[in-house]
Amino acid sequence: MAENENTTNDPIIICEDVHKWFDDFHVLKGITTTFKKGEKAVICGPSGSGKSTFIRTINHLEEHQRGTIIVDGIELSNDLRNINLIRQEVGMVFQQFNLFPHLTNLKNITLGPIQVRKMSKSAAEEAALALLERMDIADQAYKYPAEISGGQQQRVAIARALAMEPKIMLFDEPTSALDPEMISEVLDVMRELAHSGMTMLVVTHEMGFAREVADRIMFFDEGVVIEEAAPADFFDNPQHERTKLFISQTLQH
Amino acid sequence: MENLAFTQEVKPPNTQKGPVKWLKDNLFSTWYNSILTCLGLVILFFVFKSVFTWVFTQANWKVIPANLQILSIGSYPLEQIWRVSSVIYGLAVLLGLSAGIWNGLTRQITVAIGCIGAIILLLPFHISVREHALIANVIIAVCFAIGRDRDNWKRWVVIGWVLSFPWTMIMLHGFGADTVTTTNWGGLLLTLILAAIGILACFPLGVLLALGRRSQLPAIRWVSTIYIETVRGVPLITLLFMGSLLLPIFMPGDFQLDKVIRAMVVLTLFSAAYMAENVRGGLQAIPPGQVEAAQAVGLTYPKTMLFIDLPQALRSVIPAIVGQFIALFKDTSLVSVVGLLDLLGIGRSILGNPDWQGLQPEVYLFIAVIYFIFCYAMSFVSQKVEADLGIGKH
Repeated sequence: MAENENTTNDPIIICEDVHKWFDDFHVLKGITTTFKKGEKAVICGPSGSGKSTFIRTINHLEEHQRGTIIVDGIELSNDLRNINLIRQEVGMVFQQFNLFPHLTNLKNITLGPIQVRKMSKSAAEEAALALLERMDIADQAYKYPAEISGGQQQRVAIARALAMEPKIMLFDEPTSALDPEMISEVLDVMRELAHSGMTMLVVTHEMGFAREVADRIMFFDEGVVIEEAAPADFFDNPQHERTKLFISQTLQH
Repeated sequence: MENLAFTQEVKPPNTQKGPVKWLKDNLFSTWYNSILTCLGLVILFFVFKSVFTWVFTQANWKVIPANLQILSIGSYPLEQIWRVSSVIYGLAVLLGLSAGIWNGLTRQITVAIGCIGAIILLLPFHISVREHALIANVIIAVCFAIGRDRDNWKRWVVIGWVLSFPWTMIMLHGFGADTVTTTNWGGLLLTLILAAIGILACFPLGVLLALGRRSQLPAIRWVSTIYIETVRGVPLITLLFMGSLLLPIFMPGDFQLDKVIRAMVVLTLFSAAYMAENVRGGLQAIPPGQVEAAQAVGLTYPKTMLFIDLPQALRSVIPAIVGQFIALFKDTSLVSVVGLLDLLGIGRSILGNPDWQGLQPEVYLFIAVIYFIFCYAMSFVSQKVEADLGIGKH
């Protein structure tokens, strides 16, 4: 299952020697990698290893200070127009959902399409309702985020990102803030999305999901990628001592 | 099967309600609470007794109806009074239509205003005043009936409300030979105009200053911060004096800015500084994840502010904002130091008249009640707005 039939050879994200500092702290120490269209990459590693920071540089929520990032042919610079263009192509799902509490679930989803994509209100609502249907929560459309469960909120957040019809989806620990019994409903949606051919970069500790869905697993430690491989190789034949330790610890419990 | 006993529903402990139970729980729960309750009742009795005796037997209320005209409109010429009436009737039309078109809150506000009209109608005011109240209430009722469920009129009514502001100013001021200069504006009319303009203008200005103080651009941030800190550090009276004495010196040639307009500008600029800090407090409470989520769907900075930050910030600081509106309403009474005769100023000038000497309690009490009605109305509406927006719920 590791080799996904949707993966092509066209690169969609190209990172060249990406560095990032928080004041004096060197978070990313030269990341060089390429993601292909339709590829599903799972990024894992201990906390503080820079994995979240890395995917946040791809839609410029964090600014990289050295190196180049090219997303779908557009280079990320400080030019606001480029940043906004890329953000329209890149959807993001957060650990804490970050839904807008003052808007209904439906309006959370339609805000971007109406304001950024200039879609008409009726077309945006129709699309949003279809997405909620796909997420299996159509009956929650007119409720507010605070009135639904964490798993449902995260699915609304995924629908909100998908409503912009992105080419790439970034997931920043999407299940880490959920109660255990809600994790699978979110993972199911992500699995379905993976099969539809979306390019996905997923930071997660869900190793079962990684083994099943990923084309490639990247292991971050102290700001560098110390190992990357297809899931079978990664889990069964890890090369690096740090990776071995991480795998034994995450699979133990 | 024995387990069934554990799954049976257990009713909550008996929580009987009712006035007797409430009295017993809250006022007579122990012997010393009973004594305190009785003592309190005795004190309340004597306070109310003396207040009622004064209000109904000793006070000389003649001073109010005799001066009602100047209390409400100052020295506005009587033959031009139709200008004031037409403004009131115009607003009554808009109010009635709005209540018909929008449900809920607008309707409640309209009913509250209608009640004020009804009270005026019943009190022993001059017959012409009661006529106005009656006509205004009838207009509200008729327009309410006309406007009911006419959703497609919404836009026009909103435009009407926006235009009502210049309409009011032009109607009151008049033109040509009929001009009523602002020196003749006074009483409650002047107080309401100053407060309404101040509130309407200080709100957007305050929001802009709050955004300015949080701006990434140092120049804008410094200008906003210096403005806010300077204005907050100076008493309003000082600013009013500056507006009336210093400003004319800097004005070119014989250009004279109207006294009322100068007071309006000063009140607005003063309140905006406080408004800015209230709004900034609300903005600071918004978690950074909200902005990130908005950016992640590609919203620009202005749209993020407009759709994500400001709605959440303003909702959370409604109590502080309305507090500022109420403070502004009462602060309009300070304009009397620069020679404007607002409600309080007129009250003082009435007491300067030998006919009405020694009637301070009556006049000041009446003015206090008027201020209270308007301030409480604002507070009431803000509570309704909070309930309507479901604040605390989502």
